[in-house]
Amino acid sequence: METPDYELAVECCLLAGRLMMESGAETYRAEDTMDRMAYSQQLTESQSFVTPTGIIFSGTKKKPTRLVRINNRSTDLERIAAVNAVSRKLANAEINLEEAYIELVKIETEHKVFPFWIQIIAAAFASGAFLLMFGGGVMDVPTAMIAGGIGYAVASMVEVKTRVKFFAEFLAALFIALIATGSVFLGLGIETDKIIIGSVMPLVPGLLITNAVRDLMAGHFVSGLSKGAEAALTSFAIGVGVAIVLSF
Amino acid sequence: MMYYIVQGLLGFIAATAFGILFNAPKKALIPSGLVGMTGWLIYVFIDQSSGNPILSSFSGAFTIAFIAHLFSKSYKMPMIIFSVAGIIPLVPGGIAYNSMRNMVQSNYGVAMENVVLALMISGSIAMGLVFAEIITQLSLKVIGRLKTKP
Repeated sequence: METPDYELAVECCLLAGRLMMESGAETYRAEDTMDRMAYSQQLTESQSFVTPTGIIFSGTKKKPTRLVRINNRSTDLERIAAVNAVSRKLANAEINLEEAYIELVKIETEHKVFPFWIQIIAAAFASGAFLLMFGGGVMDVPTAMIAGGIGYAVASMVEVKTRVKFFAEFLAALFIALIATGSVFLGLGIETDKIIIGSVMPLVPGLLITNAVRDLMAGHFVSGLSKGAEAALTSFAIGVGVAIVLSF
Repeated sequence: MMYYIVQGLLGFIAATAFGILFNAPKKALIPSGLVGMTGWLIYVFIDQSSGNPILSSFSGAFTIAFIAHLFSKSYKMPMIIFSVAGIIPLVPGGIAYNSMRNMVQSNYGVAMENVVLALMISGSIAMGLVFAEIITQLSLKVIGRLKTKP
C-alpha cells in the first residue's frame, strides 16, 4: 500500500473536526472521528485536542502539529450526519483520501438548510406545543405561536446582521415578553408566564447545557466549562430581555 | 388515558419542530419525533406518579438516549441526531425562567432555590444520557462476545 499524502490527510481530519464542532457535535465525537480518519491513513500515533473554540491536531511525532480556529457555532444535525458518513466511508476504505476531501469541501460550501419560513413555522408550532406541555390553557396557544415565531425570526435575523448571538437572543426575548404582556393586557391571552416560557423555548440553550454537563463527566473539562459559560450567558441574555419588560 | 395521548402528540410535534430548527436530515425527522414522544411520555408518567422532577428527568433522558441508540444503529447516523430534539422538552427552561423572574423582583431566596433545582435537573438529564450510553455499549460488548464464542 502506498504511503498516503500526509498534508492532505491532516487537512482532511482538521476539516472534518471543524465542521463537526461548528455544527454542535459532542467533543468526544469530533475527536473520535478525527482519530479514526487519521488511523485509516496510517497515522497511528495521532493526537487530537478539541475545544469549542479551536482544534489542535498532530498526526505523527515527527511532522508539525496543526491548529485550526472555530469561530461560529450553531446546531446543524444534517452536517454532523454527512461528515460522519464520509469518515465512515473513509475508514472502511470505500473512498480514498482525495474523494473524502472533495466531499468534505462540498459539505462545507453547498450545504442545504430548511427554508427560513419553514423554520419560523416550526418554531411557532414548538412554542404552541410547549405551552400545552407546561400546563398552559388552549386559549393562549395562538399568542404563544405568534410570539414564538416572531422571537425566532428576530433572533436569527439579528444574529446574521450583528454577529453577536447574545444581543440577538436578548432582543428576541424582549419581543416575546412584549407580545405576551401586550396580549394579556388586551385580554387576548390569560397567563403571561406560561406564554413567555413556551415561546422562549426555541431560544433556550438546552443542547448546550446538557452537552456541557456531559463533556464534564467525560473528562473534557475545557470544553465542558466553555460550553457551560456560553449556555449561562445565553440564558442570562434571555432572562434580562424578559426581565426588562416584566419589571415595568 | 386521553391525557397521555394528547401529551404524546404534543411531544411528537415539539420534537419534530425542533428537528427542523436544528436542521436534522429529512429521514431522521420522524424517528426523532418518536424519540421525543416516548421520552416525554415517560417523563410525564413518572412525574405524576412520584412528583419528583429530578427522578422523572433522569428516566426521560435515559429512555431518550436508549431509543436514540437503537435508531442510530439502524440508520447508521450519530446518536445525537435523534436525541437532541427529544431532550429539549425535559430541559428546565421554565424553572430557569422562574428563577430569573424572581431575581428581578428581588426574591433572591426563591430565585436561588430555582437555580439549584435547574442545575440538579440538567445534571440528572446528563446522567441519564451517560448511563444509557454505558449500558448500551456494555450490552453490545456482551452480545459480541456471545456471538464470537458460541
